[in-house]
Order: sequence, then C-alpha cells, then structure tokens
Amino acid sequence: MQVSASTEGPALHGGSIIREITASGIEFVVSVPDITTSEGLLRPLAQASAPKLIRICKEDEGVGICAGLAYTGKRALLLIQQTGMLDSINAIRGVAVEYALPICMMVGLLEKEPGVPPRQSKRYGVRIVEPILDAMGIPYHEIETDADLGKIKPAIAEAYAASHPTVLLIGRRPA
Amino acid sequence: MMKRDECLKALARHVTDADIVLPVYSTAFDWIDIRPHPLNYLSHGAMGLASSHGLGLALGRPDRRVIVLDGDGSLLMNLGSLVTIGEIAPKNLFHFVCENGTYEANGGHPIPGRGTVDFAGFARSAGYRAVHEFSDLKIFEQRIGALLAEPGPVFVDLKVVPSGPQERDYSRLHGPHVRKAFREALAVGR
Repeated sequence: MQVSASTEGPALHGGSIIREITASGIEFVVSVPDITTSEGLLRPLAQASAPKLIRICKEDEGVGICAGLAYTGKRALLLIQQTGMLDSINAIRGVAVEYALPICMMVGLLEKEPGVPPRQSKRYGVRIVEPILDAMGIPYHEIETDADLGKIKPAIAEAYAASHPTVLLIGRRPA
Repeated sequence: MMKRDECLKALARHVTDADIVLPVYSTAFDWIDIRPHPLNYLSHGAMGLASSHGLGLALGRPDRRVIVLDGDGSLLMNLGSLVTIGEIAPKNLFHFVCENGTYEANGGHPIPGRGTVDFAGFARSAGYRAVHEFSDLKIFEQRIGALLAEPGPVFVDLKVVPSGPQERDYSRLHGPHVRKAFREALAVGR
C-alpha cells in the first residue's frame, strides 16, 4: 500500500531530518519500522551508505545496542514507534536513566493528528507519552514541522555531553 | 553436565587483557571472582539484554573480542537478538550460554522448555557462523582455545549445573564504580 506524507499544514521533510542526524555525528541508526517514519525517513536511511542501519527484532534490543555503542564512543539513534518505546520502558529505565547513558530515541507517534500537540491528541496511546517521559525524567522534543529541525542537533549533543537519554517525538509523517 | 565455575575457569585461561566480557547474573558472580578485570561489562540492566549490549560493543570496537556469557533464562527473554546478531554477523562476537534449565537468580524455577528447547538450533538457524555444544569439561578445555580463534559470531551452549551457593551483592554488577572502571579501561589505547 502506498503511504503518503501528511498534507495537512506545514511539511516535515525526511531528507532534512537525515541531514540533522548526520550533522549530529550519528553513525548508527538502530530501528524497528514505524509507520509514521517508514517512507519519509527509514526508507531513505536504508538506501544511504551512512549512517549504518541496524535492523532489530524488538525495541529493547536497540537500547542495549545503543548502550554498547555509547561506551565505544560511537553515536547511535534508536528509531522506533511509541508503542515500541512503551514496550521498552524497563530497558530505558534501567539502562538509559539509571545508568545515565546517552540513549537517543527518535519516536514516531502512531496516529497522532498532524498539528495537534501530543498531550491533546484524541489517541490515548499518544496522550500518555509525554507524561510518562516526564515521570521518568527524560527530556523530549516535539518535531512537527521543518521549523522544529533545529532542535535535533542540540538535543543529541546535550545527551552525549551530559550522558542522559533524550527523545525526539516525530508528530507527522515526513515527506 | 559441567560445573559452571569449572567451565568459566577453563574459559578464563584463554581470555586476554584486550577482551571485553559480559557475564550475566549467576554467571557474573562466578566470573568476577574467577577473573576480576575492568573490561568485565557487568551493567546491562535486566531482561536478557546482555547479547544486545555485546553487539553494540562488537560494532563499536571491532578490534576487540567481545565475549557474552549469557544465561538460558536471559536468552529466552531476548531470543530476537540471535537473529539480529546473525544478520549483522560481527566477526568479533562470541556468545556463550550457560544452560542450567533454571532462572537461578530468581529462585531456581525451571525455564519454559527446560530440557527440550534447542538453543544451539536457534543460533544455527539465526545465522551464527559457528555453533558448539559442550557437556563434558575435558572436551571443552581441549577446544576452547581454537573456538575463540574462529571468526564470529560464534555461539557456544554450555550444559552446566550451578557452582554452589553465591553471595550476591548486586552493587558489584550495577554500581556506578563498575561502569566508570569499564569506561576508563576501554578508553585506554583508543
């Protein structure tokens, strides 16, 4: 089935996200496919020579892989859906938060309405994401349009500088 | 069946100062007494993630051997990692599982499929380059050196029984000083 980018409101471009990821020094993208970012972000990443794409079976695996890479000085981004993030809460709690590791997550918000803040979504599975991250003490950043792209590089830089996790919430399908 | 600590002592004789070793739970408490070393990676959280941490380390440091000492209960929680490792196929990753048929660290209850589940078969079908099984200590001692010289990913199923009573001070695995020591040791010579 052909899946198109959202045409409601301002656009978000996957190529621009990839440029920000690359400019942040990310060498590995570790991913379980997410329908929000599937076409506009994951597919072009899969065709690129860098960063290297690691396909995993389940999201908590990715937390471990990113942790191991972090100790070696290699930067990684875990590209997943919020359902996978929720499934991986214990790994994020233990490895990212309690061990204070720079686990950087880019999380597609399944079924979030474009232009609607996550907390105001009609979808329960979207509304709870930011309060859960607040409860865990994990910083997060909403990436809704190209105007938000400037948040990506500083968020990743801060995560590695201070050795803590960060989450970039993708609020619409990138073109 | 082999006693786990005797297997680990045999393995330790072939582990070098450059190797990274990730032992889990009961195996970890045996290992850190047998071979204390700052490149023991002991803080991998829970729920079977050691093999995934090991894959990250193997990718980030292809110049070093990465040796995961998994448990059977732990591996059952993260079976997908076998497939991921099989696909990425890092040549420097050696994945041992100490199969004792129990969740030893959580009361010794049997794992699902105890005695029938085929860990070596899982690894073989997941794409590991080499798969070995040992239940005789003398044969393991004879072959461990050559096995660690093979290109990975290599999977080794060790049929073991527990070593005996352990004093489990989890701060020895999860304490911040453990991670600090590992980070500093790995950074040397980078």
